Amino acid sequence: MTDLSTIRSRRETRDRWLLLTPALVILTLAAMGPLLIVVIYSFLTPGDYGGVEWQFSWTSWFNVVAERDFFTEELKLADAHLTVLWRSVKLSLLTVILSFLVGFPTAYFIATRPAHKRDMWMLLIMIPFWTNLLIRTFAIMQLIRNHGTINMILLGLGIVDEPVQMLYTEFSLLVGMTYVYLPLMILPVYASMERLDFNLVEAGYDLYATRFQVLRRVIFPLVKPGVVAGSILVFVPCLGAYVTPRVLGGGKQLMLGNLIDLQFGQLRNWPLGAALSLTLLAVVMVALVFYVRAIGREGESDV
Amino acid sequence: MIEIEGITKTFGEGASAFTALDDVSITIQSNEFFTLLGPSGCGKTTLLRTIAGFLDPTRGKLALDGEDLLSRPPYQRPVNTVFQSYALFPHMTVAENIAFGLEMLKKPKAQIKATVDEMLDLVQMAPMADRKTAQISGGQQQRVALARALAPRPKVLLLDEPLSALDFKLRKEMQLELKRLQHETGITFVFVTHDQEEALTMSDRIAVMNLGTIRQIGGPRDIYDHPAERFVADFIGDTNFLQAELLDTTGEAARIRLGSGAETTARAAPGGPGAGGQVTVAVRPEHAAITGAGGALLPGTLQEVVYFGTDTHYHVDLDCGGRFVVRVQNQPGHMQPREVGARVGIDFAAGIGQVLKD
Ligand SMILES: Nc1ncnc2c1ncn2[C@@H]1O[C@H](COP(=O)(O)OP(=O)(O)OP(=O)(O)O)[C@@H](O)[C@H]1O
Ligand SMILES: [Mg+2]
Repeated sequence: MTDLSTIRSRRETRDRWLLLTPALVILTLAAMGPLLIVVIYSFLTPGDYGGVEWQFSWTSWFNVVAERDFFTEELKLADAHLTVLWRSVKLSLLTVILSFLVGFPTAYFIATRPAHKRDMWMLLIMIPFWTNLLIRTFAIMQLIRNHGTINMILLGLGIVDEPVQMLYTEFSLLVGMTYVYLPLMILPVYASMERLDFNLVEAGYDLYATRFQVLRRVIFPLVKPGVVAGSILVFVPCLGAYVTPRVLGGGKQLMLGNLIDLQFGQLRNWPLGAALSLTLLAVVMVALVFYVRAIGREGESDV
Repeated sequence: MIEIEGITKTFGEGASAFTALDDVSITIQSNEFFTLLGPSGCGKTTLLRTIAGFLDPTRGKLALDGEDLLSRPPYQRPVNTVFQSYALFPHMTVAENIAFGLEMLKKPKAQIKATVDEMLDLVQMAPMADRKTAQISGGQQQRVALARALAPRPKVLLLDEPLSALDFKLRKEMQLELKRLQHETGITFVFVTHDQEEALTMSDRIAVMNLGTIRQIGGPRDIYDHPAERFVADFIGDTNFLQAELLDTTGEAARIRLGSGAETTARAAPGGPGAGGQVTVAVRPEHAAITGAGGALLPGTLQEVVYFGTDTHYHVDLDCGGRFVVRVQNQPGHMQPREVGARVGIDFAAGIGQVLKD
């Protein structure tokens, strides 16, 4: 009796695992596998013509933050890497802020339109998003390059004497990334804004709150989950952005994505590339944990 | 004192234009409990929102204590609203909700705290001051909404069907509580309801509305006993309508000849026709008595007797056409057993009937 039931439960367990196998295989191969390879590569020695040699080494991790002078063997900080890392974090944060400043009023505008017109507005927001990333980036380039639309207008109106250098600056990256990732901010903010009970807005006005106070004390706290989601959705791809800095930064304004690409390409240092990729991942995770913690704590004090 | 003068509100334009308020004029006294009563869609909320400042009227004037209100945004009007849906801020506690208006008015911290405590006591919500608004019951939310609107001491409190979501017993309690609050605070209440009983028991004066217009303004007794027109008589309470011939009018008394040929006096319609022609006369069921057929104003045949516990309804088919209902209060040992099909008469005193304008 006991034997029989143990056997049966054992068989059930085995069947369950069998059924789970395809999912597990896919998860292992598609998600864990590549990551594992990256982790392993970061601890190997670079091959002469790319690839890796199977020899354990800490060097690439060390090289993420520091470098040994070629002649004097002196240790110093890897300025280039840190500059790029700092620029990536800074520009990503600025992009989040800028896309919030543009996206929040946009979402508010759409959410306050009559219901049957909102879909049309959302569609207008989404159409550029469905266009190829490269094409959108080149469109921005056309706008801000020295002989581009904006400079032509400024020159034509006599506001400036020579073209304003906007392309290949951090400014151009900021504009480009904000444009590219703006829908990722608008979408979640709009979603929570649409659910907002506009009676509450009226209640705010009724209780002597000015427009700005209603925004700050009533609307913003209630759509905060959407803002948090939008910020994460914008921040994460910004940090790893590749195409935008490549096109609009013109090789001068590298971001982490470009640095990683360089290691796997021209510089043929795969282990360093792997270590940098993992650094990027770590930065994202640390940023998210901080963000979620900060928001969560505020949420708790609310309850 | 609120002066509403010729307020008209039209939504939309051209063919789809809809006039929700049509030339509405009301003067509401300070510290009055004033009720807007009318069927769904008659424009009660629209009028309230116009006073609060959420809607701009198409035409008309609005003044509070002699000062024009229309030129001021809602946050500069000393008027607070208890919303139909309460509209409590879900991200704040009960106490924070009540403090909101005071904070916006930049009152000193100590004063805010004192007022909030006072309000919490007033609506008996002190034990739940730190709860989120989602964690309290409907009736409690309603009281918080009331406290929140009262805390800044507005000159006028607008209440948009604040009791409609409550069950019967709680509703009765809150009606008394509202009356008490109005009495204690001395604030002018403008109360919206489509429940006529609620309007009659609570109000100092009532404005009956229909299709965006004011049909009649008056005290509860006035409105009930002397409805000016068919709509008001019909909307408030039960009424018998009788066709009659208007013979002549002297002051408030109108001499009429009923369909049975009997003559009596009724109250004349203010601003109605003086003499001649057919009019409608309204008689409340409880204002008439049932008697023997001989010598009665209106003879007829008893068709139905319905027992209601506190009173009995007699449905009589009149000889001159139409049906008349008489409501008689039941008194123990004082029953008048009447058989269905019996010949009966209906009597009412002179001056009881009300001639209607239409
Ligand atoms: N924004 C608007 N646009 C168009 N029509 C409107 C608008 N607001 C209200 N109305 C119309 O105006 C009329 C009056 O509406 P209102 O909300 O004042 O009615 P109410 O008397 O409060 O009714 P209820 O008892 O159902 O709350 C209704 O027919 C309504 O459809
Ligand atoms: Mg309404």
